[in-house]
Amino acid sequence: MNDTSHAGGAASLDVSIASKDYHSANGRPLRALEDLRLTLPAGQAGAVVGPSGCGKTTLLRLIAGLDKDYVGTIVLPEHGRLGMVFQEPRLLPWRSVIDNIRVAAPHAREDDIAALLDELGLAEHASHFPRELSLGLARRVALARALAVKPDLLLLDEPLVSLDAALARDLREMIARLIDERRITTLIVTHDLREAIALGDRLYLLSARPAHVVATIDVPAPRRALERETAERIEAQARDAFAAARAGPQRDIPSA
Amino acid sequence: MIRFISLAALLLLWQIGASLSDPRRLPGPAAVFEKIYEEAVSGGLFFNLTITLARVIAAFALAMSFGTAIGYVMGRNRLADRLLDPWLVVLLNLPALVVIVLAYVWAGLTEVAAIGAVALNKLPNAIVVVREGARALDPHLEDMAHVFRFSPAARFRNLVLPQLAPYLAAATRSGLSLVWKIVLVVELLGRSNGVGFEINMAFQLFDMRLLLAYALPFVALMLGVETFLVQPLERHVSRWRRGVSRRLDRV
Repeated sequence: MNDTSHAGGAASLDVSIASKDYHSANGRPLRALEDLRLTLPAGQAGAVVGPSGCGKTTLLRLIAGLDKDYVGTIVLPEHGRLGMVFQEPRLLPWRSVIDNIRVAAPHAREDDIAALLDELGLAEHASHFPRELSLGLARRVALARALAVKPDLLLLDEPLVSLDAALARDLREMIARLIDERRITTLIVTHDLREAIALGDRLYLLSARPAHVVATIDVPAPRRALERETAERIEAQARDAFAAARAGPQRDIPSA
Repeated sequence: MIRFISLAALLLLWQIGASLSDPRRLPGPAAVFEKIYEEAVSGGLFFNLTITLARVIAAFALAMSFGTAIGYVMGRNRLADRLLDPWLVVLLNLPALVVIVLAYVWAGLTEVAAIGAVALNKLPNAIVVVREGARALDPHLEDMAHVFRFSPAARFRNLVLPQLAPYLAAATRSGLSLVWKIVLVVELLGRSNGVGFEINMAFQLFDMRLLLAYALPFVALMLGVETFLVQPLERHVSRWRRGVSRRLDRV
Protein backbone atom coordinates (compact mmCIF):
# COMPACT_ATOMS: atom_id res chain seq x y z
CA MET A 1 0.00 0.00 0.00
CA ASN A 2 1.35 3.40 -0.88
CA ASP A 3 0.02 6.90 -0.99
CA THR A 4 1.43 9.98 -2.65
CA SER A 5 -0.53 13.12 -1.92
CA HIS A 6 -0.15 16.88 -2.02
CA ALA A 7 -0.12 18.88 1.18
CA GLY A 8 -3.16 21.08 1.68
CA GLY A 9 -1.54 24.21 2.99
CA ALA A 10 1.94 23.38 4.15
CA ALA A 11 4.66 23.14 1.57
CA SER A 12 6.88 20.62 3.28
CA LEU A 13 7.89 17.22 2.03
CA ASP A 14 6.95 14.31 4.26
CA VAL A 15 8.28 10.88 3.53
CA SER A 16 7.38 7.82 5.54
CA ILE A 17 8.29 4.57 3.82
CA ALA A 18 7.72 1.35 5.72
CA SER A 19 9.38 -0.73 3.03
CA LYS A 20 10.46 -0.81 -0.57
CA ASP A 21 11.41 -4.18 -2.05
CA TYR A 22 12.92 -5.17 -5.35
CA HIS A 23 12.74 -8.59 -6.86
CA SER A 24 16.13 -9.96 -7.76
CA ALA A 25 16.75 -12.08 -10.84
CA ASN A 26 16.20 -15.29 -8.86
CA GLY A 27 12.84 -14.01 -7.61
CA ARG A 28 13.96 -13.28 -4.04
CA PRO A 29 12.80 -9.98 -2.62
CA LEU A 30 15.59 -7.50 -1.96
CA ARG A 31 14.75 -4.81 0.56
CA ALA A 32 16.05 -1.40 -0.56
CA LEU A 33 14.40 0.89 2.02
CA GLU A 34 12.98 0.14 5.45
CA ASP A 35 11.29 2.41 7.95
CA LEU A 36 12.66 5.51 6.25
CA ARG A 37 11.20 8.78 7.51
CA LEU A 38 12.16 12.32 6.68
CA THR A 39 10.51 15.72 6.77
CA LEU A 40 11.83 18.63 4.77
CA PRO A 41 10.46 22.05 5.75
CA ALA A 42 9.21 24.37 3.01
CA GLY A 43 11.83 26.48 1.27
CA GLN A 44 14.72 24.46 2.62
CA ALA A 45 17.28 22.29 0.90
CA GLY A 46 17.70 18.78 2.23
CA ALA A 47 20.66 16.62 1.31
CA VAL A 48 20.32 12.86 1.48
CA VAL A 49 23.77 11.37 1.87
CA GLY A 50 24.76 7.76 2.19
CA PRO A 51 27.04 5.05 0.85
CA SER A 52 26.90 4.15 -2.82
CA GLY A 53 24.11 1.73 -3.68
CA CYS A 54 22.23 2.25 -0.41
CA GLY A 55 18.99 3.29 -2.13
CA LYS A 56 19.27 7.08 -2.48
CA THR A 57 18.17 7.13 -6.09
CA THR A 58 15.39 4.65 -5.26
CA LEU A 59 14.13 7.12 -2.66
CA LEU A 60 14.17 9.92 -5.20
CA ARG A 61 12.28 7.79 -7.73
CA LEU A 62 9.57 7.08 -5.17
CA ILE A 63 9.22 10.78 -4.35
CA ALA A 64 9.10 11.62 -8.08
CA GLY A 65 6.31 9.09 -8.58
CA LEU A 66 8.40 7.01 -10.98
CA ASP A 67 8.00 3.92 -8.82
CA LYS A 68 4.77 3.35 -6.95
CA ASP A 69 5.54 -0.13 -5.69
CA TYR A 70 6.28 0.56 -2.01
CA VAL A 71 4.59 0.52 1.39
CA GLY A 72 4.29 3.93 3.00
CA THR A 73 3.19 7.51 2.49
CA ILE A 74 4.78 10.42 0.65
CA VAL A 75 3.26 13.88 1.05
CA LEU A 76 4.53 16.31 -1.57
CA PRO A 77 4.52 20.09 -1.17
CA GLU A 78 1.36 21.90 -2.21
CA HIS A 79 0.41 21.44 -5.93
CA GLY A 80 3.17 18.82 -6.14
CA ARG A 81 4.78 20.39 -9.19
CA LEU A 82 8.16 18.71 -9.60
CA GLY A 83 11.42 19.70 -11.20
CA MET A 84 14.09 17.06 -11.41
CA VAL A 85 17.70 16.84 -12.50
CA PHE A 86 18.61 13.23 -13.18
CA GLN A 87 22.14 11.84 -12.93
CA GLU A 88 22.28 11.74 -16.73
CA PRO A 89 20.83 15.00 -18.07
CA ARG A 90 18.08 13.15 -20.02
CA LEU A 91 17.62 15.90 -22.57
CA LEU A 92 15.71 15.22 -25.76
CA PRO A 93 18.59 14.78 -28.24
CA TRP A 94 16.44 15.88 -31.19
CA ARG A 95 15.43 19.19 -29.62
CA SER A 96 17.62 22.25 -29.16
CA VAL A 97 18.51 23.52 -25.70
CA ILE A 98 15.73 26.10 -25.67
CA ASP A 99 13.19 23.65 -27.08
CA ASN A 100 14.06 21.12 -24.38
CA ILE A 101 13.03 23.75 -21.86
CA ARG A 102 9.93 24.84 -23.80
CA VAL A 103 8.70 21.26 -24.10
CA ALA A 104 9.04 20.60 -20.36
CA ALA A 105 7.63 23.99 -19.38
CA PRO A 106 5.01 24.79 -22.04
CA HIS A 107 3.44 27.52 -19.91
CA ALA A 108 6.68 29.34 -19.16
CA ARG A 109 7.00 32.82 -20.70
CA GLU A 110 9.68 33.28 -23.35
CA ASP A 111 11.14 36.16 -21.31
CA ASP A 112 11.49 33.92 -18.27
CA ILE A 113 13.16 31.17 -20.29
CA ALA A 114 15.57 33.68 -21.84
CA ALA A 115 16.39 35.10 -18.39
CA LEU A 116 16.97 31.60 -17.02
CA LEU A 117 19.28 30.69 -19.90
CA ASP A 118 21.16 33.92 -19.30
CA GLU A 119 21.44 33.29 -15.57
CA LEU A 120 22.83 29.81 -16.12
CA GLY A 121 25.28 30.95 -18.80
CA LEU A 122 23.43 29.10 -21.54
CA ALA A 123 22.24 31.99 -23.72
CA GLU A 124 24.79 31.36 -26.45
CA HIS A 125 23.92 27.65 -26.52
CA ALA A 126 20.15 28.11 -26.84
CA SER A 127 20.03 26.75 -30.38
CA HIS A 128 22.55 23.93 -29.85
CA PHE A 129 21.50 20.31 -29.78
CA PRO A 130 22.39 18.27 -26.65
CA ARG A 131 25.04 16.27 -28.51
CA GLU A 132 26.95 19.49 -29.03
CA LEU A 133 27.20 20.11 -25.29
CA SER A 134 29.69 18.94 -22.68
CA LEU A 135 28.34 17.10 -19.62
CA GLY A 136 28.70 20.25 -17.51
CA LEU A 137 26.63 22.30 -19.94
CA ALA A 138 24.06 19.55 -20.36
CA ARG A 139 23.62 19.42 -16.56
CA ARG A 140 23.03 23.16 -16.55
CA VAL A 141 20.39 22.75 -19.25
CA ALA A 142 18.74 20.04 -17.16
CA LEU A 143 18.81 22.42 -14.19
CA ALA A 144 17.31 25.23 -16.29
CA ARG A 145 14.56 22.87 -17.45
CA ALA A 146 13.78 21.89 -13.86
CA LEU A 147 13.66 25.52 -12.73
CA ALA A 148 11.57 26.64 -15.72
CA VAL A 149 8.55 24.71 -14.45
CA LYS A 150 8.70 26.77 -11.22
CA PRO A 151 8.70 23.63 -9.10
CA ASP A 152 7.22 23.24 -5.64
CA LEU A 153 9.83 20.57 -5.08
CA LEU A 154 13.18 20.32 -6.84
CA LEU A 155 14.87 16.91 -6.88
CA LEU A 156 18.57 16.67 -7.70
CA ASP A 157 20.12 13.23 -8.18
CA GLU A 158 23.91 13.38 -7.77
CA PRO A 159 24.06 16.69 -9.67
CA LEU A 160 27.86 16.94 -9.57
CA VAL A 161 28.83 13.34 -10.25
CA SER A 162 31.31 12.67 -13.10
CA LEU A 163 32.35 16.33 -13.35
CA ASP A 164 35.95 17.36 -12.80
CA ALA A 165 36.75 19.36 -9.66
CA ALA A 166 36.58 22.84 -11.21
CA LEU A 167 33.32 22.18 -13.06
CA ALA A 168 31.81 20.54 -9.98
CA ARG A 169 32.70 23.56 -7.83
CA ASP A 170 31.21 26.00 -10.36
CA LEU A 171 28.00 24.02 -10.68
CA ARG A 172 27.76 23.52 -6.90
CA GLU A 173 27.98 27.27 -6.34
CA MET A 174 25.44 27.89 -9.07
CA ILE A 175 22.97 25.39 -7.57
CA ALA A 176 23.47 26.80 -4.05
CA ARG A 177 22.82 30.34 -5.28
CA LEU A 178 19.75 29.39 -7.33
CA ILE A 179 18.00 27.41 -4.59
CA ASP A 180 18.86 30.02 -1.94
CA GLU A 181 17.55 32.91 -4.04
CA ARG A 182 14.37 31.14 -5.09
CA ARG A 183 13.73 29.43 -1.72
CA ILE A 184 12.65 26.27 -3.53
CA THR A 185 12.08 23.19 -1.41
CA THR A 186 14.91 21.03 -2.71
CA LEU A 187 16.02 17.48 -2.06
CA ILE A 188 19.52 16.59 -3.18
CA VAL A 189 20.85 13.06 -3.25
CA THR A 190 24.60 12.58 -3.06
CA HIS A 191 27.25 10.16 -1.88
CA ASP A 192 29.60 13.06 -1.11
CA LEU A 193 29.40 14.41 2.44
CA ARG A 194 31.09 17.73 1.62
CA GLU A 195 28.76 18.29 -1.30
CA ALA A 196 25.82 17.60 1.01
CA ILE A 197 27.09 20.12 3.57
CA ALA A 198 27.65 22.72 0.84
CA LEU A 199 24.14 22.35 -0.61
CA GLY A 200 21.85 21.22 2.20
CA ASP A 201 20.26 23.14 5.06
CA ARG A 202 19.57 19.76 6.59
CA LEU A 203 21.42 16.48 6.11
CA TYR A 204 19.72 13.11 6.17
CA LEU A 205 22.27 10.37 6.70
CA LEU A 206 21.20 7.04 5.25
CA SER A 207 22.37 3.65 6.42
CA ALA A 208 23.52 0.91 4.09
CA ARG A 209 20.78 -1.21 2.51
CA PRO A 210 18.05 -1.55 3.60
CA ALA A 211 18.34 2.20 4.00
CA HIS A 212 16.81 4.26 6.76
CA VAL A 213 17.72 7.67 8.17
CA VAL A 214 20.33 7.13 10.89
CA ALA A 215 20.69 10.82 11.76
CA THR A 216 19.45 14.25 10.74
CA ILE A 217 21.85 17.17 11.07
CA ASP A 218 20.86 20.82 10.62
CA VAL A 219 23.48 23.00 8.98
CA PRO A 220 23.64 26.45 10.58
CA ALA A 221 22.55 29.38 8.40
CA PRO A 222 23.80 31.04 6.32
CA ARG A 223 25.00 27.81 4.77
CA ARG A 224 27.01 29.50 2.00
CA ALA A 225 29.11 31.46 4.48
CA LEU A 226 29.84 28.44 6.64
CA GLU A 227 33.15 28.68 8.50
CA ARG A 228 35.62 25.94 7.82
CA GLU A 229 35.65 24.79 11.46
CA THR A 230 31.85 24.50 11.48
CA ALA A 231 31.85 22.48 8.24
CA GLU A 232 34.52 20.18 9.67
CA ARG A 233 32.58 19.77 12.89
CA ILE A 234 29.44 18.79 10.93
CA GLU A 235 31.48 16.42 8.84
CA ALA A 236 32.92 14.77 11.97
CA GLN A 237 29.46 14.59 13.50
CA ALA A 238 28.15 12.87 10.37
CA ARG A 239 31.03 10.40 10.35
CA ASP A 240 30.36 9.53 13.96
CA ALA A 241 26.70 8.95 13.16
CA PHE A 242 27.61 6.72 10.24
CA ALA A 243 30.09 4.79 12.38
CA ALA A 244 27.55 4.39 15.17
CA ALA A 245 25.02 3.00 12.75
CA ARG A 246 27.67 0.85 11.07
CA ALA A 247 26.42 2.36 7.86
CA GLY A 248 28.52 1.30 4.93
CA PRO A 249 32.22 1.52 4.33
CA GLN A 250 34.09 4.70 5.21
CA ARG A 251 35.61 4.92 1.74
CA ASP A 252 32.28 6.12 0.42
CA ILE A 253 32.67 9.22 2.52
CA PRO A 254 35.58 11.43 1.56
CA SER A 255 37.99 12.28 4.32
CA ALA A 256 38.42 15.86 5.50
CA MET B 1 28.85 11.98 -60.67
CA ILE B 2 29.55 8.33 -59.81
CA ARG B 3 25.82 7.60 -59.93
CA PHE B 4 25.64 9.18 -63.39
CA ILE B 5 28.58 7.11 -64.67
CA SER B 6 27.02 3.97 -63.22
CA LEU B 7 23.72 4.74 -64.96
CA ALA B 8 25.51 5.44 -68.26
CA ALA B 9 27.33 2.10 -67.96
CA LEU B 10 23.99 0.35 -67.48
CA LEU B 11 22.59 2.00 -70.63
CA LEU B 12 25.70 0.98 -72.55
CA LEU B 13 25.37 -2.62 -71.39
CA TRP B 14 21.72 -2.57 -72.41
CA GLN B 15 22.64 -1.23 -75.87
CA ILE B 16 25.33 -3.89 -76.32
CA GLY B 17 22.92 -6.61 -75.17
CA ALA B 18 20.23 -5.34 -77.56
CA SER B 19 22.58 -5.22 -80.54
CA LEU B 20 23.62 -8.84 -79.87
CA SER B 21 20.08 -10.21 -79.53
CA ASP B 22 16.74 -10.26 -81.31
CA PRO B 23 15.29 -6.70 -81.04
CA ARG B 24 11.82 -8.21 -80.45
CA ARG B 25 13.14 -9.86 -77.28
CA LEU B 26 15.34 -7.02 -76.12
CA PRO B 27 14.78 -3.70 -77.87
CA GLY B 28 17.54 -1.09 -77.52
CA PRO B 29 17.28 2.07 -75.40
CA ALA B 30 16.48 4.31 -78.41
CA ALA B 31 13.51 2.15 -79.47
CA VAL B 32 12.16 2.06 -75.94
CA PHE B 33 12.52 5.81 -75.43
CA GLU B 34 10.71 6.36 -78.74
CA LYS B 35 7.85 4.19 -77.49
CA ILE B 36 7.80 6.08 -74.18
CA TYR B 37 7.44 9.30 -76.16
CA GLU B 38 4.59 7.84 -78.24
CA GLU B 39 2.74 6.68 -75.13
CA ALA B 40 3.33 10.01 -73.44
CA VAL B 41 1.94 11.94 -76.42
CA SER B 42 -1.12 9.69 -76.58
CA GLY B 43 -1.78 10.36 -72.89
CA GLY B 44 -1.88 6.67 -72.01
CA LEU B 45 1.40 6.72 -70.12
CA PHE B 46 0.44 9.54 -67.73
CA PHE B 47 -3.04 8.14 -67.21
CA ASN B 48 -1.78 4.70 -66.26
CA LEU B 49 1.12 6.04 -64.21
CA THR B 50 -1.29 8.25 -62.25
CA ILE B 51 -3.70 5.38 -61.63
CA THR B 52 -0.91 3.09 -60.41
CA LEU B 53 0.66 5.81 -58.29
CA ALA B 54 -2.70 6.52 -56.66
CA ARG B 55 -3.05 2.83 -55.80
CA VAL B 56 0.50 2.77 -54.40
CA ILE B 57 -0.20 5.82 -52.23
CA ALA B 58 -3.54 4.51 -50.97
CA ALA B 59 -2.23 1.04 -50.14
CA PHE B 60 0.95 2.41 -48.62
CA ALA B 61 -0.91 4.93 -46.44
CA LEU B 62 -3.31 2.25 -45.23
CA ALA B 63 -0.56 -0.24 -44.43
CA MET B 64 1.65 2.33 -42.70
CA SER B 65 -1.19 3.78 -40.61
CA PHE B 66 -2.46 0.44 -39.36
CA GLY B 67 1.04 -1.05 -39.23
CA THR B 68 2.35 1.83 -37.11
CA ALA B 69 -0.58 1.69 -34.70
CA ILE B 70 -0.51 -2.11 -34.32
CA GLY B 71 3.30 -2.26 -34.19
CA TYR B 72 3.40 0.42 -31.49
CA VAL B 73 0.82 -1.38 -29.34
CA MET B 74 2.63 -4.72 -29.77
CA GLY B 75 5.96 -3.12 -28.92
CA ARG B 76 4.65 -1.48 -25.74
CA ASN B 77 2.20 -4.09 -24.46
CA ARG B 78 3.35 -7.62 -23.78
CA LEU B 79 -0.15 -9.10 -23.74
CA ALA B 80 -1.02 -7.53 -27.10
CA ASP B 81 2.29 -8.78 -28.48
CA ARG B 82 1.64 -12.33 -27.34
CA LEU B 83 -1.93 -12.24 -28.63
CA LEU B 84 -1.16 -10.82 -32.06
CA ASP B 85 2.21 -12.40 -32.76
CA PRO B 86 0.79 -15.66 -34.22
CA TRP B 87 -1.40 -13.60 -36.59
CA LEU B 88 1.64 -11.63 -37.60
CA VAL B 89 3.61 -14.80 -38.35
CA VAL B 90 0.74 -16.08 -40.52
CA LEU B 91 0.56 -12.78 -42.44
CA LEU B 92 4.34 -12.66 -42.87
CA ASN B 93 4.37 -16.12 -44.41
CA LEU B 94 1.25 -15.83 -46.55
CA PRO B 95 2.35 -15.51 -50.20
CA ALA B 96 1.35 -12.17 -51.77
CA LEU B 97 -0.37 -14.00 -54.61
CA VAL B 98 -2.63 -15.93 -52.21
CA VAL B 99 -3.73 -12.71 -50.49
CA ILE B 100 -4.46 -11.05 -53.85
CA VAL B 101 -6.44 -14.00 -55.23
CA LEU B 102 -8.42 -14.38 -52.00
CA ALA B 103 -9.20 -10.66 -51.96
CA TYR B 104 -10.49 -10.78 -55.54
CA VAL B 105 -12.53 -13.92 -54.84
CA TRP B 106 -14.07 -12.57 -51.64
CA ALA B 107 -14.54 -8.91 -52.60
CA GLY B 108 -14.77 -9.15 -56.37
CA LEU B 109 -12.54 -7.48 -58.95
CA THR B 110 -12.90 -4.10 -57.27
CA GLU B 111 -10.65 -1.21 -56.35
CA VAL B 112 -11.23 -1.91 -52.65
CA ALA B 113 -10.09 -5.51 -53.06
CA ALA B 114 -7.02 -4.44 -55.05
CA ILE B 115 -5.85 -1.78 -52.59
CA GLY B 116 -6.79 -3.87 -49.57
CA ALA B 117 -4.78 -6.83 -50.87
CA VAL B 118 -1.69 -4.68 -51.41
CA ALA B 119 -2.04 -3.04 -47.99
CA LEU B 120 -2.44 -6.43 -46.32
CA ASN B 121 0.78 -7.62 -47.97
CA LYS B 122 2.72 -4.63 -46.67
CA LEU B 123 1.07 -4.54 -43.24
CA PRO B 124 3.15 -7.25 -41.44
CA ASN B 125 6.39 -5.68 -42.61
CA ALA B 126 5.37 -2.30 -41.18
CA ILE B 127 4.22 -3.91 -37.93
CA VAL B 128 7.50 -5.78 -37.41
CA VAL B 129 9.67 -2.71 -38.01
CA VAL B 130 7.59 -0.34 -35.86
CA ARG B 131 7.32 -2.94 -33.08
CA GLU B 132 11.10 -3.02 -32.88
CA GLY B 133 11.14 0.77 -32.67
CA ALA B 134 8.51 0.80 -29.92
CA ARG B 135 10.47 -1.78 -27.93
CA ALA B 136 13.57 0.40 -28.16
CA LEU B 137 11.96 3.56 -26.74
CA ASP B 138 14.24 5.01 -24.06
CA PRO B 139 12.72 4.40 -20.58
CA HIS B 140 14.89 7.18 -19.12
CA LEU B 141 13.20 9.73 -21.34
CA GLU B 142 9.83 8.24 -20.39
CA ASP B 143 10.70 8.91 -16.74
CA MET B 144 11.70 12.46 -17.56
CA ALA B 145 8.41 13.02 -19.40
CA HIS B 146 6.51 11.59 -16.42
CA VAL B 147 8.23 13.92 -13.94
CA PHE B 148 7.63 16.97 -16.12
CA ARG B 149 4.05 15.89 -16.79
CA PHE B 150 4.18 15.91 -20.59
CA SER B 151 0.70 15.86 -22.10
CA PRO B 152 -0.09 12.81 -24.28
CA ALA B 153 0.25 14.99 -27.40
CA ALA B 154 3.60 16.43 -26.26
CA ARG B 155 4.82 12.95 -25.34
CA PHE B 156 3.88 11.63 -28.78
CA ARG B 157 5.37 14.58 -30.68
CA ASN B 158 8.56 15.04 -28.67
CA LEU B 159 9.32 11.58 -27.37
CA VAL B 160 7.72 8.81 -29.37
CA LEU B 161 7.77 10.15 -32.92
CA PRO B 162 11.45 11.22 -32.99
CA GLN B 163 12.51 7.84 -31.61
CA LEU B 164 10.33 5.96 -34.09
CA ALA B 165 11.46 8.14 -37.01
CA PRO B 166 14.38 5.91 -38.15
CA TYR B 167 12.13 2.85 -37.98
CA LEU B 168 9.35 4.63 -39.87
CA ALA B 169 11.88 5.71 -42.50
CA ALA B 170 13.10 2.12 -42.86
CA ALA B 171 9.51 0.86 -43.13
CA THR B 172 8.76 3.58 -45.70
CA ARG B 173 11.74 2.67 -47.83
CA SER B 174 11.18 -1.07 -47.87
CA GLY B 175 7.43 -0.50 -47.99
CA LEU B 176 7.39 1.69 -51.08
CA SER B 177 9.46 -0.75 -53.12
CA LEU B 178 7.34 -3.68 -51.93
CA VAL B 179 4.02 -1.93 -52.48
CA TRP B 180 4.63 -0.80 -56.01
CA LYS B 181 5.76 -4.26 -57.06
CA ILE B 182 2.63 -5.84 -55.59
CA VAL B 183 0.40 -3.15 -57.10
CA LEU B 184 1.61 -4.21 -60.56
CA VAL B 185 0.67 -7.84 -59.79
CA VAL B 186 -2.75 -6.75 -58.53
CA GLU B 187 -3.32 -4.72 -61.69
CA LEU B 188 -2.12 -7.55 -63.86
CA LEU B 189 -4.54 -10.00 -62.25
CA GLY B 190 -7.67 -7.98 -61.82
CA ARG B 191 -7.71 -4.37 -62.99
CA SER B 192 -8.43 -2.87 -66.40
CA ASN B 193 -5.96 0.00 -66.15
CA GLY B 194 -2.63 0.93 -64.60
CA VAL B 195 0.96 0.05 -65.41
CA GLY B 196 0.47 -3.59 -64.40
CA PHE B 197 -2.47 -3.92 -66.79
CA GLU B 198 -0.44 -2.39 -69.66
CA ILE B 199 2.49 -4.70 -68.92
CA ASN B 200 0.11 -7.65 -69.09
CA MET B 201 -1.16 -6.39 -72.46
CA ALA B 202 2.42 -6.04 -73.71
CA PHE B 203 3.13 -9.58 -72.55
CA GLN B 204 0.04 -10.94 -74.35
CA LEU B 205 1.11 -9.13 -77.54
CA PHE B 206 4.79 -10.00 -76.98
CA ASP B 207 5.56 -6.27 -77.33
CA MET B 208 8.74 -5.76 -75.33
CA ARG B 209 8.98 -2.09 -76.33
CA LEU B 210 5.59 -1.42 -74.76
CA LEU B 211 6.48 -3.45 -71.70
CA LEU B 212 9.68 -1.51 -71.07
CA ALA B 213 8.00 1.77 -72.04
CA TYR B 214 5.70 1.34 -69.03
CA ALA B 215 8.12 -0.30 -66.63
CA LEU B 216 10.97 2.20 -66.93
CA PRO B 217 9.03 5.44 -66.31
CA PHE B 218 7.44 3.88 -63.26
CA VAL B 219 10.83 2.81 -61.90
CA ALA B 220 12.05 6.38 -62.56
CA LEU B 221 9.02 7.77 -60.76
CA MET B 222 9.63 5.63 -57.67
CA LEU B 223 13.32 6.53 -57.79
CA GLY B 224 12.26 10.19 -57.81
CA VAL B 225 10.00 9.66 -54.81
CA GLU B 226 12.87 7.98 -52.95
CA THR B 227 15.44 10.64 -53.91
CA PHE B 228 13.39 13.81 -53.63
CA LEU B 229 10.90 12.90 -50.93
CA VAL B 230 11.97 10.02 -48.69
CA GLN B 231 15.70 10.82 -48.42
CA PRO B 232 15.29 14.58 -47.73
CA LEU B 233 12.62 13.76 -45.15
CA GLU B 234 14.95 11.25 -43.50
CA ARG B 235 17.77 13.82 -43.46
CA HIS B 236 15.44 16.39 -41.94
CA VAL B 237 14.30 14.19 -39.07
CA SER B 238 17.84 13.03 -38.27
CA ARG B 239 19.50 16.46 -38.50
CA TRP B 240 20.05 16.51 -34.73
CA ARG B 241 22.56 13.67 -35.06
CA ARG B 242 24.93 15.84 -37.07
CA GLY B 243 26.27 18.02 -34.29
CA VAL B 244 28.88 15.83 -32.64
CA SER B 245 31.83 17.59 -34.23
CA ARG B 246 30.83 20.83 -32.53
CA ARG B 247 30.83 19.33 -29.02
CA LEU B 248 32.06 21.85 -26.48
CA ASP B 249 34.38 19.80 -24.36
CA ARG B 250 35.53 22.09 -21.63
CA VAL B 251 32.64 24.34 -20.73
